[in-house]
Amino acid sequence: MRRLGTIAGPVLLALALWQAVVVLTGVPSFLLPAPARVAVTLWTSRALLAEHALTTAAEVLIGLFLGAALGFCAAVLMAASPPARAVLRPMLVFSQAVPVFALAPLLTLWLGYGLWSKVAMALLIIFFPVTSAFFDALMRTPPGWTGLAQVMGASPARLMWHVRIPAALPGFASGLRLAAVYAPIGAIIGEWVGASNGLGYLMLLANGRAKIDLMFAALIVLAVFALLLHAAVDAACNRALRGRT
Amino acid sequence: MTAPGLVLSGSARVDGAPLFGPVDFAAPAGRWTCLLGPSGVGKSTVLRLFAGLAGPVTLDGHAGASDGAPLAGRVALMAQQDLLLPWLDVLGNVLLGARLRGRRGDRAAARDILERVGLSAHAHKRPAALSGGQRQRAALARTLLEDRPVVLLDEPFSALDARTRAQMQDLSAALLARRTVLHVTHDPAEAARLGHHICLMAGDGIRPVPLSAEPPPRAFDAAATLSLQGALHRRLMQAA
Repeated sequence: MRRLGTIAGPVLLALALWQAVVVLTGVPSFLLPAPARVAVTLWTSRALLAEHALTTAAEVLIGLFLGAALGFCAAVLMAASPPARAVLRPMLVFSQAVPVFALAPLLTLWLGYGLWSKVAMALLIIFFPVTSAFFDALMRTPPGWTGLAQVMGASPARLMWHVRIPAALPGFASGLRLAAVYAPIGAIIGEWVGASNGLGYLMLLANGRAKIDLMFAALIVLAVFALLLHAAVDAACNRALRGRT
Repeated sequence: MTAPGLVLSGSARVDGAPLFGPVDFAAPAGRWTCLLGPSGVGKSTVLRLFAGLAGPVTLDGHAGASDGAPLAGRVALMAQQDLLLPWLDVLGNVLLGARLRGRRGDRAAARDILERVGLSAHAHKRPAALSGGQRQRAALARTLLEDRPVVLLDEPFSALDARTRAQMQDLSAALLARRTVLHVTHDPAEAARLGHHICLMAGDGIRPVPLSAEPPPRAFDAAATLSLQGALHRRLMQAA
């Protein structure tokens, strides 16, 4: 509850400033609608917003799950095998050097206008932070633990499974927390490039019809969803790592 | 299980800088040998060489078993840090060796050893919930459960209070009888209680200390133990 209080203060202040700007400058509502007007739209268009939010949420959650799973496997593979490291590492860096925006039209071309091109975008955008954070942690197993395991007669596979992976889970959690923030960005980019559903699609549509209040409403729904997703992932990570220190 | 002795000869260096040596050292088979010396002379490095964990250390010479066979798989090591895994409870940590070798692990034996080191009530706690002394006893229990003919101990009792220390020393002496134990310590009192053999390590090598006292574990308050402790302390002072 105290956390809610610390969030509510700045949010109310921002809303007051926003309202003040609208009132004082008299800016037309097709450029900047007042917060009260956006709130009304939020309520009257709730069914429409919920429908599109559901689509975006599905894209983000599936992308997050697949990207995290793929990043987990890639990091373990790279940590376990130097040849795999030699092949995958440059590819990983290259995947970051190419802007994801530039890939979006291609993904839409290949995977269609539906769910999977957005899932692929979210996956692409989070694969690097997850893999990179987890791989770094896997390569920094405390040498005391690996030495102990070696004296105890552990095979490399059992050392990986029983010591290196559990020891590196805090690194995986850091990657996952970042991924929770990035994944909605990926999905929205995908929806902008080509979609028939989703909050990103709704924003473009509203913009094109000068329904700026609806665009703001969609934006707020997206922001709240992203914050909730981050909070949920953060709480899950903390819970999973509880009792370690 | 016949325990081999340990032999070490030669000199060690790290990145070209001399660490110790030349030394000529032997720990007899089936006996408890204490390696006593001030901090920083390379006692832990001697243990790590026998454990096959040389790391950045290069040994110009030989470290191994007196029977000539490899030591790998016949050694248990208790390092200076407890090295407990924070995500496993105490029981899981004690059974780690079996798990790493792909076996089920003898839970009854693990519970028995936890009982003997006085951690039964803490078997399902994570290491973070234990005191320093309790953590060290958990690491000792893990080492004792390994059931290896050669046991390397690096300051295994350093975090314990006087009473618990004496109890753990007696327990270790009983459970490790007839195994080859190499016990690194900087505490003359500990060496005086536990060593069948005591060697003094200083910058100029490793030298055995002649002993005429009764076999270990010796009573901590016996006149002979106290006089041996004093003599060892005297030698430590002179060596430095």
